[in-house]
Amino acid sequence: MGIVYMLIPLGLVLVGLALWAFFWAVGSGQFDDLDSPGWSVLTDDVPPADVPTAASHHEP
Amino acid sequence: MTPGASTSCFHCGEPLPAGTPLVALVGSAPQHVCCHGCKAVAEFISGAGLDDYYRYRDSHATRAAENPRGDRWSAYDRPELVARLSRAERDGARSITVLLEGLRCSACGWLADRALRMQAGVLDVSVNPATARARVVWNPEVVRLGELLRVLERSGLRPHPLAGAAAGEVALQERRSALKRMAVAGFGMMQVMMFALPLYVADTSDMTADIRALLRLVSMLISVPVALYAGWPFYAGAWQAVRGRSMSMDVPVTIGIALAFVASVWNALQGSGEVYFDSVTMFVFFLSLGRYVEMIARHRAGSVADALARLAPITARRVRGEVTEDVSAAEIGIEDRLLVRTGEIFAADGLVLEGEGRVDESMLTGEATPIGKGPGATVHAGTHNLGAPLQVRVTAVADQTVLAGIVALLERAQAERPRLARAADRAAGWFLSRILTGAALVFAVWWYLDPSRAFSATLAVLVVTCPCALSLATPAAIAAATAALARRGVLIARADALETLAKATHVVWDKTGTLTRGLVRVEEARVLSTLPQAQCLRLALALERMSEHPIARALLACGTAEEPAEQVTVATGEGLEGWVDGRRVRIGNFAFATGLAGAELSSALAQYDTDGWVCLGDETGLLAAYRLSDQLRSEAQGVVAALSTLGLQSEIASGDDASAVARIAARSGVQHWQHRMRPQDKLRRLQQLQSGGAVVIAIGDGINDAPLLKGADVAVAMGRGSALAQSSADLILVRDALDELPATIEVARRTMRIVRQNLVWAGVYNLAALPLAALGLVPPWLAAIGMSLSSILVVLNALRLSRDGAVNDTPWQSVRTVEAT
Repeated sequence: MGIVYMLIPLGLVLVGLALWAFFWAVGSGQFDDLDSPGWSVLTDDVPPADVPTAASHHEP
Repeated sequence: MTPGASTSCFHCGEPLPAGTPLVALVGSAPQHVCCHGCKAVAEFISGAGLDDYYRYRDSHATRAAENPRGDRWSAYDRPELVARLSRAERDGARSITVLLEGLRCSACGWLADRALRMQAGVLDVSVNPATARARVVWNPEVVRLGELLRVLERSGLRPHPLAGAAAGEVALQERRSALKRMAVAGFGMMQVMMFALPLYVADTSDMTADIRALLRLVSMLISVPVALYAGWPFYAGAWQAVRGRSMSMDVPVTIGIALAFVASVWNALQGSGEVYFDSVTMFVFFLSLGRYVEMIARHRAGSVADALARLAPITARRVRGEVTEDVSAAEIGIEDRLLVRTGEIFAADGLVLEGEGRVDESMLTGEATPIGKGPGATVHAGTHNLGAPLQVRVTAVADQTVLAGIVALLERAQAERPRLARAADRAAGWFLSRILTGAALVFAVWWYLDPSRAFSATLAVLVVTCPCALSLATPAAIAAATAALARRGVLIARADALETLAKATHVVWDKTGTLTRGLVRVEEARVLSTLPQAQCLRLALALERMSEHPIARALLACGTAEEPAEQVTVATGEGLEGWVDGRRVRIGNFAFATGLAGAELSSALAQYDTDGWVCLGDETGLLAAYRLSDQLRSEAQGVVAALSTLGLQSEIASGDDASAVARIAARSGVQHWQHRMRPQDKLRRLQQLQSGGAVVIAIGDGINDAPLLKGADVAVAMGRGSALAQSSADLILVRDALDELPATIEVARRTMRIVRQNLVWAGVYNLAALPLAALGLVPPWLAAIGMSLSSILVVLNALRLSRDGAVNDTPWQSVRTVEAT
């Protein structure tokens, strides 16, 4: 049963890591919008914003 | 290629007007749209290559504004205003937070994101559909702010730049912190359960004492953050209640957590007695979960502050001597002279100095017809000038305006605790005092009989009677029902709305915008002369092209005007006159239109109620008449019938005249109706019903309905109603479809059945266990298992409600399937 003296602290460390990762994710806005990113993979990529042709083409 | 047969607008989903509908080219397919505004938006979206929006959206867009005024956004190019609204970022870039009206779903968010990113000079965009905000970082040297806002408007999303406190995302911070607390409670609960199980199942031969002590100490270590960090909002709530000398459900929750936690820590450190860390963590987790669901619903309902930001304009035109300059709303002072042009919104309350305007005050009074305003008339911030330009002397600004007063009233009403919540709190107080007296009594008796067992018996009593299951019974069921309803597009903004909804006996409708669509449309055209129908319409359109009046908009939706009339003059409050094809024609009310032909009035119209008819006349007499009215929602009749099957009586309380109300009442099958009611009359009628013992649901969509909504037991707002009506509602029908209402009432009744089952179970369990615990027959560990099991049972029972969300036959979903194919 001595193994639990190692396994339990190990488990605690892992839980701590998981919580830290979750806090980081929440803090960096990963959970702010749970719907949009899910289907954004379905749409085509935009041309990068710094290509002026894309913008000037649609200017009013 | 002609568009397939459809009856609703491709862009906004409104029914198409009579006559040949407009066609917008989306991708390569022509689609029917309802108005020029929607046509422009749909073609802009398609032209920018963003057609995917139509494939992925899950609800229709808001109806686009007719002739969006590109010009007003140039006010946002002024460097002073840009400096006030935006913040400096690195390398000369600036960032701004914009509230987007009409941002309803992820697809809209995507649309805003892409439309902005296509502009050169836009460095970063983040759109959050949950808070309806977009943060844009742009380079002011490459693109002007006004240009970005114009692009958003052309995509059909009305932008409102936010400054100061409004931009701070309070809701987002609240959500993040709730998520973190829930995660701590969730992780903690799972870990502690893992360590608690061996303690329960293993006997002394399987596990040595040191392992047992280790498991208990580790459980304690994990429970500390759960109890102190995750449980903090409950303690704060309880402290607030105690300080205010009131009682809330937070108080027994806090006492339950504190007692169980402190006793467990004591026992764990002592190495003797029982620990209840599993119960504590699970209790905190389930309660946090319930609060989280409630919070999400509240956020989606929107805040009053956001609603205000949408209503008041952010710039105004100030006149100083000969100079007219654009200023931001914050710079306006009392006694300033403002110039408010056609189509603009008043930025402050004031008195008209010059000009004859027509002002749409519908957002304050609900009156759809614009009101003529001449010198000396008062105008209010937030109302819309549809007529000629007005010069106004400012009498009140910022929070002194009538609009701000209404908002403040609503905010206070929102902050007041609802009646039922107070009743629940009183019950909690009653329950708590009984528990504490009972526990004290048990302790005293045992102290007298056998002091060594007094502590453990008292603890068992407290743990057994810990109102966990009792306090979870209602929130768990309500949270499950709220989540299920949110998936169907029904937002429960106040938790106790479901309780009242289940008991409702009457439904009071404010006709416009609820039973009807709230859009004036031409319902009937009658030719009264020998001229063909098409010719009459052509004459009418030629005149109306020159007007911004809602009536003109309704007529213009019937067809396209070719050439405008000449020498058009406006008779305020009466109609328009002008020359078309060498013919002098008038359009307007009966008396005005027949005025050209002299006194000989056509008797053809005498048999009709001339209210609600717009007449077209020339020098020979009347040519045609158009009846304008609001259209009944297609589902209205079915909904009224379904409500009556559920035992609810419908009633219309409308400000409109008798004929309009009677027609809608007859068609929707509502038996009782009252007309020409002012807001205070509506409230009186409501109180009359309530004093007769009725529980009343009120459904409204405008700010003028605020008294009605506030007085009702349950206030329902429509998804397209005014933002202020929504923020004062208990329940919002997001998809703007009435048919969810009977379904919601059924869910509410089922929820209350489950709450009752839960309460009975929790009560029976507590009552049965209490005497046993008091007699010292229940060891505390058994009490803890019992408590956990009874809580789990209550939660599982509540989860049966969430199955209701899995409906696949809602109309909007089938629409989406059609669009996707």
